Amino acid sequence: MQDRIKYWKGIEELENAPEFEKHAHNEFPEFLPVNEVEGGESSANGKTRRRDFLKLLGFSMAAVSLASCEAPVRKAIPYLNKPVDVEPGVANWYASTFYLNGDYNSILVKTREGRPIKIEPNPSSGLTPLGTSPKAQGALLGLYDTNRLRYPLIAGKEAKWEDVDKQIKSRLANVSGKVAFVSSTIISPSTKKLIDEFGARFSNFEHVTYDANSASGLLQANGGVIPGYDFSKANIIVSINADFLGTWVAPVPFAKQYIQTRKVDADNPSMSRHYQFETALSLTGSNADVRVPIKPSDEAAVVTALYNAITGQGAASGSAADAKVLAAAVKDLKANQGKALVVSGSNDPGVQAMVKAINSALGADGATIDTAAPYYVKQGNDAAMIRLIDEMNAGSVGAVFFYNANPVYNHPLSAKVVSGLNKVGLKVSFADRVEETAKFADFVTPDHHYLESWNDFEPKKGFLSLSQPAISPIFTTRQMQDSLLVWSDSKTDFYEYIRSNWRSVASGDFNKFWEKAVHDGVLENGSSLLKVTTTTASASTSVKKIQPAAIEAVLYEKVSIGAGEFINNPWLQELPDPVSKATWGNYVAMPRLMAEEMQVVQGDVLKVTFANNESIELPALIQPGQANGTVAIAMGYGRDLEAMPVAKGSGANAFPIATVADNTVLYTSGVKLEKTNATSPIAQTQTHHTIMDRIVVQESTLAKYKEDPKGVTEYIRLATHEGPAKPATISLWDDYEYKNHHWGMVIDLNSCIGCGSCTMSCNVENNIPVVGKAEVLNRREMHWMRIDRYYSAKEHEEKDYAEMEHPADNPSVIFQPMLCQHCNHAPCETVCPVAATMHSSEGINQMVYNRCVGTRYCANNCPYKVRRFNWFAYANNEKFGFNEPMNTDLGKMVLNPDVTVRGRGVMEKCSFCVQRVQLGKLEAKRENRRPKDGEIVTACAQSCPTEAIVFGDMKDPESRISKVLARQQGERAFHVLEELNTQPNVTYLTKIRNLA
Amino acid sequence: MQHVSPIREPLVTGGKTYHDITEDVCRQVEAKPNARWAAALAVALVGLAIFIYSVYRTLWYGIGEWGLNKTVGWAWDITNFVWWVGIGHAGTLISAILLLFRQKWRTSINRAAEAMTIFAVICAAMFPVLHMGRPWLAYWVLPLPNTFGSLWVNFNSPLLWDVFAISTYFSVSLVFWYIGLIPDFATIRDRATGPIARRAYAFLSFGWTGSAKAWSRYETVSLILAGLATPLVLSVHTIVSMDFATSVIPGWHTTIFPPYFVAGAIFSGFAMVLTLMIITRKVFFLENYITLEHVESMNKVIILTGSIVGIAYTTEFFIAWYSGVEYEQYAFINRAFGPYWWAYWSMMTCNVITPQLFWFRKIRRSLTATFIISIFVNIGMWFERFVIIVTSLHRDFLPSSWAMFSPTIIDIGVYVGTIGLFFTLFLLFAKFFPVVNMAEVKAILKSSSEVKHHHGAAATMHATDKDLNSNTHRNE
Repeated sequence: MQDRIKYWKGIEELENAPEFEKHAHNEFPEFLPVNEVEGGESSANGKTRRRDFLKLLGFSMAAVSLASCEAPVRKAIPYLNKPVDVEPGVANWYASTFYLNGDYNSILVKTREGRPIKIEPNPSSGLTPLGTSPKAQGALLGLYDTNRLRYPLIAGKEAKWEDVDKQIKSRLANVSGKVAFVSSTIISPSTKKLIDEFGARFSNFEHVTYDANSASGLLQANGGVIPGYDFSKANIIVSINADFLGTWVAPVPFAKQYIQTRKVDADNPSMSRHYQFETALSLTGSNADVRVPIKPSDEAAVVTALYNAITGQGAASGSAADAKVLAAAVKDLKANQGKALVVSGSNDPGVQAMVKAINSALGADGATIDTAAPYYVKQGNDAAMIRLIDEMNAGSVGAVFFYNANPVYNHPLSAKVVSGLNKVGLKVSFADRVEETAKFADFVTPDHHYLESWNDFEPKKGFLSLSQPAISPIFTTRQMQDSLLVWSDSKTDFYEYIRSNWRSVASGDFNKFWEKAVHDGVLENGSSLLKVTTTTASASTSVKKIQPAAIEAVLYEKVSIGAGEFINNPWLQELPDPVSKATWGNYVAMPRLMAEEMQVVQGDVLKVTFANNESIELPALIQPGQANGTVAIAMGYGRDLEAMPVAKGSGANAFPIATVADNTVLYTSGVKLEKTNATSPIAQTQTHHTIMDRIVVQESTLAKYKEDPKGVTEYIRLATHEGPAKPATISLWDDYEYKNHHWGMVIDLNSCIGCGSCTMSCNVENNIPVVGKAEVLNRREMHWMRIDRYYSAKEHEEKDYAEMEHPADNPSVIFQPMLCQHCNHAPCETVCPVAATMHSSEGINQMVYNRCVGTRYCANNCPYKVRRFNWFAYANNEKFGFNEPMNTDLGKMVLNPDVTVRGRGVMEKCSFCVQRVQLGKLEAKRENRRPKDGEIVTACAQSCPTEAIVFGDMKDPESRISKVLARQQGERAFHVLEELNTQPNVTYLTKIRNLA
Repeated sequence: MQHVSPIREPLVTGGKTYHDITEDVCRQVEAKPNARWAAALAVALVGLAIFIYSVYRTLWYGIGEWGLNKTVGWAWDITNFVWWVGIGHAGTLISAILLLFRQKWRTSINRAAEAMTIFAVICAAMFPVLHMGRPWLAYWVLPLPNTFGSLWVNFNSPLLWDVFAISTYFSVSLVFWYIGLIPDFATIRDRATGPIARRAYAFLSFGWTGSAKAWSRYETVSLILAGLATPLVLSVHTIVSMDFATSVIPGWHTTIFPPYFVAGAIFSGFAMVLTLMIITRKVFFLENYITLEHVESMNKVIILTGSIVGIAYTTEFFIAWYSGVEYEQYAFINRAFGPYWWAYWSMMTCNVITPQLFWFRKIRRSLTATFIISIFVNIGMWFERFVIIVTSLHRDFLPSSWAMFSPTIIDIGVYVGTIGLFFTLFLLFAKFFPVVNMAEVKAILKSSSEVKHHHGAAATMHATDKDLNSNTHRNE
């Protein structure tokens, strides 16, 4: 028998002490201090006395109930050693750059206690000094996305960087065949140089630039660069399917240029005329003076007609578009030699060659096109990518790297990409999460977020900028460039690499030069660093025939989602499309006529069958302005990935619309539509689209404005016994007296392009919750700043309300940013039973969240409907988990600590960024002066890329707002719903159109 | 002694004696609950359960459980509130104004009508609290001295006026009703056999002795309270209407609202009284007390107030057209022909057309017709408030914000639930409290009732009638 190992309860048992023996048979030996607790010394016989028992009972009850009420423990750890540049409660600003797939913004990053919390435009920038794109604002949240990879992956499993490096290096050493580096457009001179150096180690290396939404044709026709379009110098702008204010090439710089030609006052009553020929109603088309819907198959014909008419080669005919408009455009273009610009969004080199020739013939080169400074923001080469796919399938590619490129998801030859990838020996992805292409990668080596990285940029020749880390890396990610340096056994890091690269453009002491460059974020002394492979411009004007189909579909980029990069970003998902006002998902935009023919109503689910016989199902949206016989679907949706929980269930992938023709990707093809029995409502933030002949937003024409600047705006007068009177002169109320400041805002409807940057900026600044598709459908989105978009109505009889509700088939569009009007006689203030909303001594209508009991009377009585109610708890509520900024610990880092996160049941609305007003006043007070004009800016005004919004002190006669108001009073300045005598502090300026 | 016209219809039929009255009214209090009552209570309790569940959802998750949105900030909540407050009005009108006008026919219905008032106001008062985003802070609408600094309520806000109006109304109504109940409680106390009943009713009767002094005080207090309650009949709904009238929303901003709301309230209140009375008299065999004469009188009030409401509807349209205000004109065209046209035409049919049938005496005196029309009026008046609130809000000034409202299951649950709550309270009242004011009915018995003929000779008032002032003699 085996010896049993004996275990003792304790030393007592081993010693077998008598005391132990005595207790050994008790269930609870003497060690339990029962007696002490139950009475101990105090009791005579060691038993608990009744009084003690009651005391203990009472204590435990109290303790338990206290513990249950106790607030959850939150840890706040103070700095042991205060970092030099971090002052609690004081923001730090770092100059940086946001660039992704063409969207370039030179920015300032606002950080609080080391956390980036807001993006602002960098006023030092020559390209984007005024504002940012909505994407640049929203991309901030990506930094705090909990779904980012936190470590590198080897074959899908968590790994250590050392192992990754060792394995990749050894596999690269033995690589056979071609090594390909696939990236979207890289405008970083140092990165490009680094990739080239990295590639030099291999016998066969190619850096393939692949843009999901490419401008390959444009590049081919212009020798590998994008012409230096300068809209600011153009009197006549003709755009054929180019959404240059929204998504095409460099929208933010273009918007700034464009709007310079659109600002008018009575001294300078001139503005550009903008013709737009396009299929889907784009943001740019919405701003055009003359817009003609055309089918994609007619696009080449329109350009040909222009080409023929302008260059005089052949007859001006053969166009299916409105011949009259075309003739007018030609006439205008010809009359404005050197002051005209034609742009086209086509990806067909033939079409672009014609556009180039037209511009040359119009004398645009050197005038409206800066030939010395082309744009580099798109460099995608369709042919190279298609060739690579073929090579992969042929098995001749040994290694492939993917950086900001996801061809499995968004290339028209996706299936071939997948089959090709299976034949590549080494696949490395730098993706920040396991997306479609990264799924096939042997190694995923996640890149930093751009706010964690050093980088440099050259979006346009001679315009250099830098990005610097605004936070140390949150996860154990590594910047792509550093990875390449490690894999090429370099001892330096990318920061040093950039510095040494920049020495060639430095002057004087390099450290000083560098410090200034980092501080400013930009270097615009004309020096250039980026090496771009230029080619001979293809001058062939032979166009790729787009076969007319019964239903021609176009694939377009949505302003907020890009090519799918931002689909997991709840802010950008909920930012309404500037035109359709739809959120959370894509849809089939179809014209009314087609819908009526197919007996489709909005929300009916359609089966869309692409040329490759794949099909998707999407709801229909009746889109005025959509060319008849065509539909448009946004790219970037339909990504059902574990790493993108926010995107789950939003839309379907429409990339199969893109087809390859002759080594070029065309973003259009014929589709088949079938009506299914299902319906799926589209979450729009605006569901009524016409103005109903009301004077809430005003517009006029340039001709009228020239004739009589005082006649363009309608001012409502009330009838009194003494004749018509201004509403403000008939008042029941006493006026407020503003002794110090009187804050106000002017919004120029001529400058507003409707991009939504203000909405996004406001959301970030003011911690506005994301409510999700279901709640948007319930009409409960929380945006404080919205952009009302009205279509002109069909021709109708006066007072025929039923007819007025229908937008015209090709409507003119007007945008009206709408926010709290901060009325001096505010209807909301009088009705609140608890005085939770009141007027400040500086004209701001204030909302006191703590006092609000939530009767919603104020919202009902607001004629502008700008108040938003917290129907649910949006923070710390797992039902709203997609509202990451308020529901994940990491996401909460993005919240602005100066603004309360509102609780359930509370009303909220625009505060005129009162936290900024207070900060500006405090800083001025500290310096013993008055705030300077322009020092205090609201978030919306600050991020507007077209300076449509002016905020300031109306008591200061020297302020910009006072001057604008004085200038425009009686001409273009008006208040919305003036007849209600609410006396808003927000003034609008009438929109002027330059009709042909 | 009052002279009674021989051609005037008797108010109490069936030749009842004082004792009969006591017996008839106390029967249901003293007897075991009958099956019909129990069944009705079961249904009402189901409604109450729905109410509790819906309120739980509302309080636990938030107002988002309802169908409201950024444009329509009030819908069923305030519709129900105004509807219930309106219903309550009939009780006060009957007991206070008709008392001041010495309308004797009110005596047999005032008790139930006042009870209805109280229960309706309880149901109504639920909504101003429930509709708040943060109902746990509801007390902030009261002007309480506080430590929040100079924080005070906003006396400009009609919602605050509502708080005062509703709370005053509720307290005055409650006191008025209770004072009226005291002599009858004493009667029940005196007849009670069980110890619990005896104690309970003894407590409820506040030691009523029935002495001449007590009666004199009773009459005085009744008169004073009637005087206090009379302005409330006019003021409460006037103030409720000001929630809308003082706003800027087209369709709300209307000076006609105060009289129009008061007429509407009385209209709906009488309809509800009829609905309840027709059932009660049947269930508790009170046909001789609540007679066709009562029904007809109330129907006459319904024609009058219904016609006032009809004229108000027409006037609104005229003024909208005559004002020349774009938004006002659209608001009214949208009511009648917009997406909520069905609500508007339901309102018109139920409130304006159906009551006009009461011009026919036959219909006025038909219980079935009256019951059906009273239901129609109840529905119509609910739609009136829905039309005013929702169709005005859903398309106001800026078309960009126009939206539709559709109720959620919780919206419906809260509404149906308050009906459950109301009937639960009413049924409990009907079982345990005297539904007809015995003391006051006895007071009119000899002057305006049908008198039983004994042996061919007209009966006169006998001092020997043993039930005369029965409650003054404990041992009878």
